[in-house]
Amino acid sequence: MSLFKVFDVAGSAMSAQTVRLNLTASNLANAETVASSAEEAYKARHPVFAAALKAVQNANDAPVPVQVQGVVESQAPAHVMYNPAHPLADANGNVYRSNVNTVEEMVNMISASRSYQNNVEVMNTSKELLLQTLRLGS
Amino acid sequence: MSNVLDKALGVPVAALQLRAMRTKVLAENMANADTPNFKARDIDFKAAMRQAQGELMVLNTTQANHLQPPGSAPQPPELLYRYPFSPSLDGNTVETQAEQAKFAENTVNYQATLTILGSRITGLIGALRGE
Repeated sequence: MSLFKVFDVAGSAMSAQTVRLNLTASNLANAETVASSAEEAYKARHPVFAAALKAVQNANDAPVPVQVQGVVESQAPAHVMYNPAHPLADANGNVYRSNVNTVEEMVNMISASRSYQNNVEVMNTSKELLLQTLRLGS
Repeated sequence: MSNVLDKALGVPVAALQLRAMRTKVLAENMANADTPNFKARDIDFKAAMRQAQGELMVLNTTQANHLQPPGSAPQPPELLYRYPFSPSLDGNTVETQAEQAKFAENTVNYQATLTILGSRITGLIGALRGE
């Protein structure tokens, strides 16, 4: 019954969006953190989504769930701020702020939240359909 | 016996299976709405329905040890790729609004098929009881 596979698919999407939301929370929380060098500064993290297509090659009706292939760190340069009074300032009086783009993260958050809601709806609808099918003939 | 029941229940059974499969395919599209390079898929319901209703291709056998090829069983419907209205830069062709609309349409059709099947079952029970 194909409807049971919907739970796997929508569930995988929900967990993938949860990972994305987690990373967004981590990025936003660390948006203002500073470090004494560009290497130590916090770098924004983003998930890489991929469709789990390996299983499809074996069977035609295998589900295509989402998998989080990994987490990549943003390569954007850290923000350099001149602040000699700061306890973390380096020899030149610079501190390095994380490279998190707050606007981008907010957009990511809204997108993840909408996708999550969408998948919850899909799951709910499929559940209703399954229950109605079970009640068939009564 | 099951053949008799299959004949009595008829087309809605195949339609229900196809609708369930389409629900899965559309759910996959929506689950992968943020996956780069994912291509949205769908089935051509009309063609799949025709395929499901059509006569099965069965080879003529003249000897007892002639085998039927595995392909003579009903084939699963062909999955097609959706043509996007506005392609996106990351190679993803899922348009969430369109998918939601198709999902809702498919759900209503599934429920309609369930109603038809339900009334057939009620009719069968009535005939069995002789009411």
